[in-house]
Amino acid sequence: MIPLAYYLAISAILFTLGALGVLIRRNPLIIFMSVELMLNAANLAFVAFARAYDVLAGQIFVFFVIAVAAAEVAVGLALIVVIFRTKHSIDVDLMNSLKG
Amino acid sequence: MTAFVPSNIFAILPEILLLTLALLVLILDPFWKEASRHLNLGWLTAGGLLLTLAVSLVLARPSAPALVFGGMLRYDWLGFAFKMFFLFSAAITSLFMMDVERLGRRAEAYMLLLAATLGMSLMASAADLVMLYLAIETTSIPLYILAGFLTGDEKSTESGFKYLLFGALTSTVMLYGFSLIYGFSGKTGLYELAASFPTFSLLALGVLFMVLIGLAFKVSLFPFHFWAPDVYEGAPTPVAGFLSTASKAAGFAVILRLFMVVFPSISTDWSLILAILATLTMTVGNLIALAQKNIKRMLAYSSIAHAGYAMIGVVAFSQLGAASAVFYLIAYILTNLAAFGIVAAVGRVTGSDDLKAYYGLSRRAPTLALMMMVAFLSLAGMPPFGGFVAKVFVFAAAVEQGWVWLAVVGVLNSIIGLYYYMIVLKYVYLYRMENEDEEKHPIPISRPYAIALTILSIGIILVGVLFGPWFGLASSSAANLF
Repeated sequence: MIPLAYYLAISAILFTLGALGVLIRRNPLIIFMSVELMLNAANLAFVAFARAYDVLAGQIFVFFVIAVAAAEVAVGLALIVVIFRTKHSIDVDLMNSLKG
Repeated sequence: MTAFVPSNIFAILPEILLLTLALLVLILDPFWKEASRHLNLGWLTAGGLLLTLAVSLVLARPSAPALVFGGMLRYDWLGFAFKMFFLFSAAITSLFMMDVERLGRRAEAYMLLLAATLGMSLMASAADLVMLYLAIETTSIPLYILAGFLTGDEKSTESGFKYLLFGALTSTVMLYGFSLIYGFSGKTGLYELAASFPTFSLLALGVLFMVLIGLAFKVSLFPFHFWAPDVYEGAPTPVAGFLSTASKAAGFAVILRLFMVVFPSISTDWSLILAILATLTMTVGNLIALAQKNIKRMLAYSSIAHAGYAMIGVVAFSQLGAASAVFYLIAYILTNLAAFGIVAAVGRVTGSDDLKAYYGLSRRAPTLALMMMVAFLSLAGMPPFGGFVAKVFVFAAAVEQGWVWLAVVGVLNSIIGLYYYMIVLKYVYLYRMENEDEEKHPIPISRPYAIALTILSIGIILVGVLFGPWFGLASSSAANLF
């Protein structure tokens, strides 16, 4: 059996990569993918802990997280489409009409 | 784990009624004529919410605190009191939404408002990490859409997108924190977790930080406040009002429950962290608000500062502290809803949120100007309005627990706040419009605005003068926490 620490290390690496992606990339689609990566890092930790403790709550949590992530991305993509219609670009650096 | 008990239904009665109302709005919408649609939708939503409020107050009052639905929810006064605040602010918001173009005629907007309220209600009573995460997302996702609701408006869509981006990022960090909390103990029930955090450890503090990021975003605590001005400026004004009051109060409900129930063992550490964050939040919010030219941005920074004041009550980590934070939120919800309602009423006619649009308002709309004075003086913390009593209580709670410096910082910040609120009132009462012909540019107030603003103004004065019953409510919520 693979030790718990290995799963947690992978999960931490995935989370860091996702966070870096969100902070560095300028394309909203890539940013959403990076957020997905962070969510799945948390999912991996949940599943690993669920097996380590032999309780199911963690696995149930993962199903809900997947559903929530889908809803969030659906809303995000809808907003991207609307923004593309008015600005003809989805670069986050161009989203600067609100400031002060 | 307990089996299902039929009387548990009362624990989620407000939620059941909210869901019914949301479905009713969607079902009835196609049957209404275009001309009267916004009236029907608005009154149905507001009336339904107030009815829900009344029915819940009669039938669903909690007795002894109890975990229900297998430990998913806690049926207590803290959750119940917050639910009532959310229902009230959603009702007022739907009245404000009625006359807003491209928002008031869309049944989806009211449905999303109700869905967000449903999520907030669950946030206030959630007693399990799974439930808590789902409730937070149920609140956030409809609010993302509402902020970006005006699809043709570049500012509104940008506001929605920014809100979504920061919201998704911070809630993911919080989720990772939840996964580590689960890793500590193998449990997800908030009331079972406290035993797993018996002593201080660096890891526990780290986990606490990750969870705090998600919640700090919700209540716009420094350094996670930067989204608020952008989102409030771009979002439709009634939605911005709802974001700054109900959504923030929901965040505080979670912070109160989570920190006091799960992490009491490391309370000295998080108290200090929160005290520093509260200081920075108040100071940054107030100082940047001084320089604002747009009233919605100014109110956004002011609402950031108010999150700092309310946080003082949490820092105190005592029954009085929790009660004073809840009381602060009561006064704040009433006052800030009124402020945003007035901005919406003026913006609808003048088409501008610039501070210049408020020159000579007292001659254009005397009643509106008077209500604005009530709201702004209450925000500034002047007696006899609600904001004054609320500030006294949080500062008293801080001093009682030995946080004298924090109370001093709070008082100094109130003085900065007073300055920029007074500047706006100066524009309203002393300045004139460019050609000094205010009589030719009256600002008519439609009936829903008149009703909502009257209720709020009376509420602000009532909370300030007769604060006994409200403080009693706040105290019994706080007592249920421990």
